[in-house]
Amino acid sequence: MTIAVDVERLSKRYRIGELQAAYGTLRESVSHLASRVTGKQHRSGYEEIWALRDVTFKLEEGNALGVIGRNGAGKSTLLKVLTRITTPTGGRAEIRGRVGSLLEVGTGFHPELTGRENVYLNGAILGMKRSEIRRKLPEITEFAGVEQFMDTPVKRYSSGMHVRLAFSVAAHLEPEILLVDEVLAVGDAEFQKRCLGRMEDLGNTGRTVLFVSHNMQAIAQLCDRALLLDEGRIVRDGPSEEVVAHYLQTTAGAGSSRTWEDLGEAPGDDLARLRSVRIVRADGTTADYVDVREPVGVEIAFRVLRHGPPVVPKIKVIAGGRIAFNAMDIDTRWSEPSPPGNYVATAWIPGNLLNEGLITVDPAVVSIDSPKLHHHFSVHEAVSFHVQDPGEGDSSRGIFTGQWRGVVRPLLEWTRVAGEARDSDSN
Amino acid sequence: MSRGSSAVDERTEDLALDGERPGPDGLSARPSAPEGTVAPPGRITVIRPASRWPRLDVPELWHYRELLWTLVWRDVVVRYKQTFLGVAWAILVPAFTALVYIVVFGKFADFPDGGLPYPALVIGGVLPMQYFASSLTNSSMSLAANLQLVTKVYFPRALLPLSAVIVPMVDFVVGLPVLIVLMWVYGTWPGGSEALFAPLFMLIALIAALGVGFFLSALNVRYRDVRYMIPVFLQVLPLLSGVMYAIHDLPTKWQWVLALNPMSTVIAGLRWAVLDAVAPDLWQSVLGVGMAVLLFFAGLAIFRSSEPRFADTI
Repeated sequence: MTIAVDVERLSKRYRIGELQAAYGTLRESVSHLASRVTGKQHRSGYEEIWALRDVTFKLEEGNALGVIGRNGAGKSTLLKVLTRITTPTGGRAEIRGRVGSLLEVGTGFHPELTGRENVYLNGAILGMKRSEIRRKLPEITEFAGVEQFMDTPVKRYSSGMHVRLAFSVAAHLEPEILLVDEVLAVGDAEFQKRCLGRMEDLGNTGRTVLFVSHNMQAIAQLCDRALLLDEGRIVRDGPSEEVVAHYLQTTAGAGSSRTWEDLGEAPGDDLARLRSVRIVRADGTTADYVDVREPVGVEIAFRVLRHGPPVVPKIKVIAGGRIAFNAMDIDTRWSEPSPPGNYVATAWIPGNLLNEGLITVDPAVVSIDSPKLHHHFSVHEAVSFHVQDPGEGDSSRGIFTGQWRGVVRPLLEWTRVAGEARDSDSN
Repeated sequence: MSRGSSAVDERTEDLALDGERPGPDGLSARPSAPEGTVAPPGRITVIRPASRWPRLDVPELWHYRELLWTLVWRDVVVRYKQTFLGVAWAILVPAFTALVYIVVFGKFADFPDGGLPYPALVIGGVLPMQYFASSLTNSSMSLAANLQLVTKVYFPRALLPLSAVIVPMVDFVVGLPVLIVLMWVYGTWPGGSEALFAPLFMLIALIAALGVGFFLSALNVRYRDVRYMIPVFLQVLPLLSGVMYAIHDLPTKWQWVLALNPMSTVIAGLRWAVLDAVAPDLWQSVLGVGMAVLLFFAGLAIFRSSEPRFADTI
């Protein structure tokens, strides 16, 4: 087998100061230049982070490799280095063949130029030869479905036409190696879907694919092999299902269930301590993956150690890094002090509420002391699970299969009024 | 190849990549080569932190020549599409500027004309100065103006300032009829074969503009004050380049001072080559050319050494 991508000890260092202040102050820049010129160094003010650290892997021709990891694990940096947008600090990589990334779709399109002119411009930017573009022009035009507008300035295009033409150019680049970053992909859901579709097509025709995504299902489905990155290092490399499973177990604490055997070590104070927490389905089984339409429970087992003020179980639900909601059990059972003992409280999150993706939960037990809330414990990202929409048409996204934005995805009641069109309406 | 991480601590981002080696067969079409055969068709791209010494990777630029011409073509087409008068501006701008100079400096201030009809002298200075001013402005803005490209696609970044100094050459050529008309009116035709040197002097202007453009475009990535600095600089520059007077009319001491400015060499040289003016002093010209080359390499060095950071900081 031929090696298409050979990466050896690739490292990339960023300076934090650099990331924060894209524009340095004038004074800073001048002293920076001065130090560069005189060869003096006073860089002590910078903090450094390694976005990539000694990343080594080989990707064989025709294989599809997924790259997963938390935000900031270095996935996007890896792609940026491999597409040469940014340069590594150390190490080396060899890439055999033409690289396409779908990142650059529509890059360089100029509104004043006609469709035809933009195809030449965009094609040249993506690395096509002029003769090659000329040869593929009819195909590109047809695929985009904008034949009659090729001599119209792109600024008069609808956004749909614009994207279609841009995508068509990129799709005809025929890269031997495709680097895709779903996280960075531009455009609307429809467009991202096309990108994924195109990727699958290319994968099936023996292209080499390197795919960065948060979508575990897509990784497991499209890739034979996956890398798990954490803090710039490869922590796992193997068959994609295995790596995805490992990632899901280790991310955000302890996967879908977590138990503290030793009560002394468990989170809590002298009144209440957490014993275990897990994500459960309606039938009581632990769940890593949850159907978007199904209710999901957060089961919190805790012990009350002594007589004290009333305690109330509470959860904080985090989706996509943002707090989706907080919820407490407001039942009057909890308004009286609970006698010492073991309690199990399960919060049921209804189906058709959470959106797709990784959800993390902070379980807590609190005492209400308005206007304050006293936490006996609150474990940040103690458990997590994935919400998935199988796309059978009965969730709020209907038969649409693209990305559906939002922290929540409720299924709403809709009313509808239909009437005869009056003459005044049709004009 | 771990130089980048160990040897050079102070340079967090070292320069990268060694360009692309074209494979035996330019493109795609992968025959199913049996195991252990020679390298497959297609290019091999090597990505690595490069040497400490910035250099212009000429083979790589050559590889990307089609993109260079496409960028030049884009800028020319877009500019003429966006303006109502289009191509006419390439004639109107130098003509108006020259007219103002002729009235203010020729009539009222009575500047020395160096033995040439004053309008011919002025237009011979205004055209190359216009070229230099546009080149400098365009190239300094080139990285920031093409932000979308820089953060999304790889190509040698030097193409951007480079294409930005080629585009105004089109304006220069379009503006030439103004000069030719004046030459015809005043009968100041080139003396002979020295006219062949004219493109060479324009090349010097290009090299100087590119050098400064490299420097300022890299600077402009970090802080956009450059945008405000350039017009100030460009207002003073004509006075220091002999646009509205002939340098050889000045005291020798000042001639040498002004020779440090490559544009004074360019303008004096062009007047000699095209308008049959007095030949510029050879050593002053050598100094001017030397300064242009120095500016070019200094600008290039700064550009190349900050290049790896463009996409991270822009």
